[in-house]
Amino acid sequence: MSTPAHGSALRADQDRAAAPHEAPGGASEGRRAVLRLLRGVGAYVLVALVLAFFALPLLWLAAAPFDRNPGITASLPEFTLRNFERLWHSTDAVHSLASSLVLAVGSAVLVVGCSALAAYALSRVRIRGRDGILYALLLLSSIVTGTAAMVPVFLLAAGLNLVDSYLGVILVLTGGLLPAAIFILKDFMDTTPRSYEESARVFGASPLRVLKDVVVPVVRPGLATVGVWTVAQVWGNFLIPFLLLRSPDKSPAAVVMYTFYTEGGQPDLALISTFSLLYSLPVVLMFLFVSRRYGFRFHGGIKG
Amino acid sequence: MTRAAHAADTAHPASPARPADLALDRLTKVYPGGVRALDGLELTVRDGEFFALLGPSGCGKSTLLRTIAGLETATSGTLHIGGRDVTALPPGARDIAMVFQDYALFPHMTVEENIAYPLKVRKTGRAERTARARETAAELGLGHLTGRRPGQLSGGQQQRAALARAMACRPRVFLFDEPLSNLDARMRLEARTFLKKLQRELGVTTVFVTHDQAEALALADRIAVMETGRLRQVGTPAEIFRRPAGTFVASFIGSTPMNLLDARATAHGTLRVCGAVLPVPGDPPPPVTDGEKLVYGIRPEYLDPAGDGDARPALEGTVEVVESLGSAQLVTLACADGTGVQLVVDEDHEARPGDRMRAVPRAGRALLYRDDALVTAPAAGTGNGTPEPARHTPREG
Amino acid sequence: MATTASSAEPAPPDGTPPGGPPEQDAAGLGRRGAALFVVPALVLVALFLVLPAVWTLYLGSTDYRLTGIPAVDPSFVGTDNLTRALGDSGFLRSLWLTLLFVLGSAVIGQAGLGFALAWWMRERTGWLKTTLEALVMLAWILPSSVVAFLWIAFLDRDGGTLNALLHTPGAAWLLDHPMLSIVVYNIWRGTAFSMMLYSAALGNVPASHLETARLAGANGWQLLRDVVLPCVRGHVLTNLLLISLWTFNDFTPFLITAGGPDGASEILPVHIYKTALGNGELGYGAALSFLMLLINLVVAVIYLRLLGRGRRARRRPAADVPAPRGPGAGDAPGRPDDPGEATA
Repeated sequence: MSTPAHGSALRADQDRAAAPHEAPGGASEGRRAVLRLLRGVGAYVLVALVLAFFALPLLWLAAAPFDRNPGITASLPEFTLRNFERLWHSTDAVHSLASSLVLAVGSAVLVVGCSALAAYALSRVRIRGRDGILYALLLLSSIVTGTAAMVPVFLLAAGLNLVDSYLGVILVLTGGLLPAAIFILKDFMDTTPRSYEESARVFGASPLRVLKDVVVPVVRPGLATVGVWTVAQVWGNFLIPFLLLRSPDKSPAAVVMYTFYTEGGQPDLALISTFSLLYSLPVVLMFLFVSRRYGFRFHGGIKG
Repeated sequence: MTRAAHAADTAHPASPARPADLALDRLTKVYPGGVRALDGLELTVRDGEFFALLGPSGCGKSTLLRTIAGLETATSGTLHIGGRDVTALPPGARDIAMVFQDYALFPHMTVEENIAYPLKVRKTGRAERTARARETAAELGLGHLTGRRPGQLSGGQQQRAALARAMACRPRVFLFDEPLSNLDARMRLEARTFLKKLQRELGVTTVFVTHDQAEALALADRIAVMETGRLRQVGTPAEIFRRPAGTFVASFIGSTPMNLLDARATAHGTLRVCGAVLPVPGDPPPPVTDGEKLVYGIRPEYLDPAGDGDARPALEGTVEVVESLGSAQLVTLACADGTGVQLVVDEDHEARPGDRMRAVPRAGRALLYRDDALVTAPAAGTGNGTPEPARHTPREG
Repeated sequence: MATTASSAEPAPPDGTPPGGPPEQDAAGLGRRGAALFVVPALVLVALFLVLPAVWTLYLGSTDYRLTGIPAVDPSFVGTDNLTRALGDSGFLRSLWLTLLFVLGSAVIGQAGLGFALAWWMRERTGWLKTTLEALVMLAWILPSSVVAFLWIAFLDRDGGTLNALLHTPGAAWLLDHPMLSIVVYNIWRGTAFSMMLYSAALGNVPASHLETARLAGANGWQLLRDVVLPCVRGHVLTNLLLISLWTFNDFTPFLITAGGPDGASEILPVHIYKTALGNGELGYGAALSFLMLLINLVVAVIYLRLLGRGRRARRRPAADVPAPRGPGAGDAPGRPDDPGEATA
């Protein structure tokens, strides 16, 4: 985000540019004023269009869940909370949210645990070829995306008997997220003064104790960042659970959404909209929490 | 009960029971890649001594401190603390405490938790360690701050908290890494006095590292001056200030560096320095051979401006720059051959650029170096109050 | 990395070699301990990231199928699959569509709109900016399944909000303009990243440069061209590479058009999915995946090289490598941070 100081420098600039060298003639001055007005109006029209572009698709999500008879068109709702009650009684919906939670928390624990240990060791002990390995992994994780590797991922899960198991999804996602997580955490660890650990060591603390008493508390923001990032990545992931989970009752929210149909074979809009809202809420809240707490200084972002 | 008495009976049992002298024997540290950070150091730090490791950055002083702490392992040589060989022991088993340059107070713990942490690691019971932490904090005037986190303390308070943490585990040896460098200038003087008083009261062997010669002179009982992994001189502050063993130490010690002037011996047993003829310093003066090249050293503080009609041998030149030092002035003279000579004159002395001035070396203070080694014998009557000479002759490199 | 990793630590005050010798192992972990700490992560990565990559290469050279004889006993066909791909009109079409998708939605759409938004927002405060920013961010952080459904609803033929607004009832956007639909969708979805990156970049333009230009009498456009753009060129490049990589691997359009109608919006990820798991041609699908990996590799290598060069030039710790997507993370772009600084 641009700082106010820079912003104002730019701003002042523009004001000046708009009226650079005031010509003495009144007519010319008037024309300039009109031009300036037009330009201002034009800019705001464009902004209004962009605002509409981003707002319109979202309207439905805001309105439909509270509508007694939600249609596909966004409209002012006849207010009700009945949809939420229905959702609560829909076992599919509740199960899928639980599944999403299991996948997200499971992956987060695994990613945070493994990446913290690895990042710590890589940050503190110079292992031969460390930098090369890190770069190679980062490169690999950015090119071996789920879409590009879906065939072997599927076969691998089948071979390891991990199809239709939460563990399979968690492991596959963890493997893909780890390199970036290690990179992020190593950065946190690198900026933590070694003197903390050395100090604890001089007092006789063992390496594990140093890790527990000193390193973990000190890099807690980093761990939280990686945890939240992992949860957000897994929470929104569609492809891997779609590929690997076969039984409907294990499907996470991202996949289950597409199975809500009424008896008539029409999408059950009341359920879908309400579910979408509930399903989106955690990531939005996490995003707000993290950006408030750490500003925008978190890596990997949070995304659905 | 005074703090000293208190320290003697509870905090730190009298030294004789646990002598804590430090002995380095041919201690060497070679980094992969061949950098010799420590090069066969021989050094003894006596029990209860406040000992400074002084040198410019990169001289190996911090490496030495870290090796004593056990944070670095020596490549060869041994280290004994209180007669026990600790060369291969991990840091926690050496019975030492270290205060880091940045204090390394754990940011997530309160002052009390920080101070109690070493005791916690040593499995002291909660009640006892809390009591001891509070007690130590109170001794250092932190009694009202025990509930705060390090981030909420001033620099000086942080330093005391770090000291309290080091004291709480009652080590045999304290190691301080640049203990005053993180304080602002005013705070530093206060903390310096405090530190010296505390060390005196506790009587615990203390080794500290500094790059600031004034700090070393002010605090230490003895100083080791290091350069490129070697000891250049070990001695009391007075010895080191008055009789630097070599030109490196001479130029490193003192707030205004010593004038080190090229000198050439004459056939009459005198020296020609910057166009002036001066007697060979020393009592008795060391023998010099005609035409020999030497270095004549004299501190700016030991050069006095000669009054009119003063016939003593003197350096002579034109005043180039006059800098006020507050209570004195630093005058830079340009001698006839272009060499610059600095002297400190009284604040009342009138000196203006362009003036001619004669500077007389004070008796017994000038030094003569041959091949970077001091050849002037200690002058009778100008002894420095410490009759015992430096225990170690620095190895020449 | 060698240089950057070490510059992260405060230089030892005492001339120890920068980066720290092995003994600067602050916690006393030792090499064995360190190895023990690294192993769990390494095993997971090796198994679920490295192995699939290698496997893709192997599978791509067989005629492996989901069902039938080749499922039991696949035979080695060498580069036949690759040759076939290069002559396969279905594959070539999906490659072309992917190119359109990446160019249209990422390079032109997201980057262009993102820059425009960042430029407009740079000096503004107030509710309008806050609202706009919040909406753009929201589009980015919502789960992709939700977003996909929102767009299905928005573009719906019968009751979609768009048709209601434009008074064009019955306009089947998803059927008549499937590519346009997913391009617009992806612009909506991913602009936030470019906006944030460029905002950060614009914030980093030194005020003194702007003031110098102002003193010289430059107008708004000249300012943008002569001062701002040269300053943020690195960010622009980083952004383009990243969003291209992410868009190229994006699977979510599948949720909106399922590649249809009749393959009209079948971008490469969808094409591979349909070939490998829909038609069960695992071997051929893997060969296509391999081609995709190859393209990813080229983009990623360019990116990392630029990153590395920026790092070395700036001697900054390796702080801000944008998180790459993991498997299945081919959905939406990544991080509100400022990776662009690395190439500055």
